[in-house]
Amino acid sequence: MIFAMLLSAAVSGCDHKKALPPALTAKATGTAIVVVSGDKQLGSPGSQLPQPLILQINDDQGNSVTGAIVQLAGPPGVAFTPQQILTDDNGQATFKVIMGGINGRYELTASSQDAHGKTFSLTIPEFAAGYQQEVGYEVNQKYCSRCHNPDSTSEQVSNYDNLAVKPHRFSDGVIYNNISETDLTTIITHGGAAMNRSALMPPYGWTLNKAEIQGVIAYIRLISDPPYVAPGVVYQKH
Amino acid sequence: MQTNNKGSFSSIRAFLCDPFRMFGVVSVILLLLLTVAPAKDYFSQWRSYQRQYLNLIRNRGDAVTLLRHFQGGIQQIWIPQLGVIDRCQTCHVGVAEASLADVKEQPFRAHPPIPHKLTEFGCVICHRGQGAATTVSEAHHSKMAGEEPILPMRYIEASCGQCHHEPLEGTPKLNQGRLMLARYGCVNCHAVTLPDGSTMQGTDNPPPLTHIADKTTREWIYAWLKDPTSYSASSTMPNFLFSDADASDISAFLIANSTPQPGDSMAYSATSSGSASDSSAGAVLYGESFCASCHATQNEAGNLVGGDLGPELTNVGTKVKPGWLMAWLKDPHTYDPTTKMPQYRWTDQQLQTLTAYVAGKTDPDFVANVHLQPATQAQIAHGKKLVIEYGCASCHEITGIPKPDNFAPDLSRIGSKPLVQLIFLPGMEQSLPAYLAEKIRQPRAFGPSLHMPKYSFSTSQIEDLTTALLSFTNRSFTLPPNLQIPAVQDTNYRPAGQAGQLMANINCLSCHRINGNGGTMAPDLSWEGSSVQQPWLDTFLKNPNTLRPTLIRRMPKFNLTDSERTVLTNYMMTVYQTPAFERDEMPLSGYSPDLVEKGRQLFYSKYACQSCHIVNPNQDKGYIGPTLTTVGARLNAAWIFHYLKDPQAIRPETIEPNQHISDDDAQALTAFLMTQKTIAGQGAK
Ligand code: HEC
Repeated sequence: MIFAMLLSAAVSGCDHKKALPPALTAKATGTAIVVVSGDKQLGSPGSQLPQPLILQINDDQGNSVTGAIVQLAGPPGVAFTPQQILTDDNGQATFKVIMGGINGRYELTASSQDAHGKTFSLTIPEFAAGYQQEVGYEVNQKYCSRCHNPDSTSEQVSNYDNLAVKPHRFSDGVIYNNISETDLTTIITHGGAAMNRSALMPPYGWTLNKAEIQGVIAYIRLISDPPYVAPGVVYQKH
Repeated sequence: MQTNNKGSFSSIRAFLCDPFRMFGVVSVILLLLLTVAPAKDYFSQWRSYQRQYLNLIRNRGDAVTLLRHFQGGIQQIWIPQLGVIDRCQTCHVGVAEASLADVKEQPFRAHPPIPHKLTEFGCVICHRGQGAATTVSEAHHSKMAGEEPILPMRYIEASCGQCHHEPLEGTPKLNQGRLMLARYGCVNCHAVTLPDGSTMQGTDNPPPLTHIADKTTREWIYAWLKDPTSYSASSTMPNFLFSDADASDISAFLIANSTPQPGDSMAYSATSSGSASDSSAGAVLYGESFCASCHATQNEAGNLVGGDLGPELTNVGTKVKPGWLMAWLKDPHTYDPTTKMPQYRWTDQQLQTLTAYVAGKTDPDFVANVHLQPATQAQIAHGKKLVIEYGCASCHEITGIPKPDNFAPDLSRIGSKPLVQLIFLPGMEQSLPAYLAEKIRQPRAFGPSLHMPKYSFSTSQIEDLTTALLSFTNRSFTLPPNLQIPAVQDTNYRPAGQAGQLMANINCLSCHRINGNGGTMAPDLSWEGSSVQQPWLDTFLKNPNTLRPTLIRRMPKFNLTDSERTVLTNYMMTVYQTPAFERDEMPLSGYSPDLVEKGRQLFYSKYACQSCHIVNPNQDKGYIGPTLTTVGARLNAAWIFHYLKDPQAIRPETIEPNQHISDDDAQALTAFLMTQKTIAGQGAK
């Protein structure tokens, strides 16, 4: 049995090495990676993100570079197709990203090499929503985003500009990471007035149920930038 | 080599022939064998996981609590009525410890929050796998007959669908997948019976082909059959990958089989309405009639703009004959009695203008290279044979060909299909989800004689569909029936009498829901009679103005006559009333100025209604909700009062938050709103 496990471990180890694509050779080099689109997406565990991740390599003048190498790495369970690629004619590299099996924040690392062979990199956050966070996302889409998200689409015009007191984007970690779970619950349940803030923030305690309010808080915590760190839980005691 | 071998063998035999030595050797072997069982236990995978777990929690701040909760040995959840014996917690030690949500290493992470308790449902009902197993490979990866492997995370929503047949807030993939099974007509060929005995119904409304020759040409049918998406990217008709000859024969048969329908065509002359001014008049009429609420067209950027209740119209002029189009616009029910398209009552001049405009939406390339020879009888007969063979009548009404029963395999339990019954393509992952996804992606790769057509779905659409299919499990039929939550089925409500006929004619139910039947694009009208004032309703039907300026989908103008409007409004005002309150229990006007002023203050300060609604267009800006500038002339006071008290009780879908308003406050707000009868600031110049 143990032998079989060792053997399979060894075999899968081999597999892993074999699975690595043959190394590409860069035809050009840049000095910086920028995100064109596809960062900070909300996906679900084990699934491909809805949009591709598109990165661009620039030189020190800020011009895009064609033929530079870009590789992606991420926490265990995350998969990319391809894992590395040379930038196209527009200096861009397009990746499909498949999230790992657990929900939460994933930090991907894109890297490339400059003319001296030195590696430069960029950290790209993506999010995988579990059930609760998905509920929160739906609640946000239906009730909150029109005031809290200043961006308009043709299907949903933002109300942000019409508000005398401005709310914040839920991804604004600088604001939300400093509001405790209790305070968030209070302002969502009883409205802005209950916290001596603007009544333009309506109360939702008689409209949403407890699970939905917890969901929207879980969603706010998930997409927070900078990331939210729960207080109290000590992972490693020194 | 050989001799050498023989030599060593005989020396072993000599060694063993001595009985004492023999005894010694056997004892040693027996002793070793006796240690196997305890050693196996000591080195078992789950013990090693439990040791790792203890190591992991030792360094945490909450170690004491976690240690107190920890129980060594095999752990088991036993729920006889659900058939659950799950030992997963033996290795997934921290799964019920909320504080381990931050742990990244499996199998120790806490389960993310879900609406069900672990102790009430166990693990395998959602995750599948073998609950009673105590090794990773048996629990997760078993492919033996009667056993199933763990469900990959990306399809996990499928498991919710075993009991929840209604859409859930947290399961977008499952909801979408189910919608697609109906929208793309999968369930027209594949029967899907749900645990409550109901069957899934298609929502794709495939058109009848009985009079197809009145509508279009054989060339168009041919090109469409060859590739529906090249005509319209949003087509719900799949590609059957017909050969040129087969497509030609089928098109020949459909034309030959079509019978003319009186009234299907009108005299239309392109010359009388081809001028530029007419074309812009056509565009205006198309816009004013809000055709785009239901029909999409592609804009210059290649994006589809408009609704999807009716077919895409980008190239419709290539498809339909202008004479047919004009007759259809005049009264679509003649050609298709069950159509969702309303009869607009346009004048003959308007019909000419609109026909010219719509017929001008063409893609000449689509049929340019189609040159078909007149068909022989043999080809027509062959076309008919193909139409039967490919089950076209599963979706379309075709004269002389009955709808086949059980045309394609029943999918009611496809999510539990044993692996041994699946035939995989070489090199593909050997799992049920992978099989289903691949079957949808490239059905014909599984055998050239298969008839399953090909859709051009994206990866995520295939994932959604696979999720929905994986929810159709054996288990969903064996779980206790009281766990099953059925989807809300449409009623078969139809409005009655003269008004009912009128409403059928303008197809109100295509967009509006009434008493549990109808579309969801526009507001539910079940209680419209309690809500609005009759004069307002009459004016609205005469000239519908949208109440929400940010909407793209809008109520069209149906050009009803005065007497038609009277019939309709009388009916709606008397029949569509809520039992919850008396419509006229509060007056439409005559509130005291003090009460009105109190209401104004509540509106602007305590409840800050102006964040979503406009009362005074000169100062208010909110436009999530309808503008309330003339609400006092539109809504009944009692309706406003009860709506303020509990919006969801009156309109379950509304996003208006329930602010728990007291009776006094609601009365004052109602008084204030009822004074808003003309647009503030207008007329006082
Ligand atoms: C009608 C517009 C509107 C809607 C809808 C709305 N909010 Fe707000 N919200 C506001 C305004 C305005 C503020 C700022 C109040 C202040 O700073 O005094 C606010 C503030 C908040 C705050 C405090 C942090 C901040 O941004 O200042 C939270 C938390 C919040 N809203 C949550 C929600 C949630 C959850 C929903 C959906 C269920 C929601 N809001 C819907 C307008 C809205």
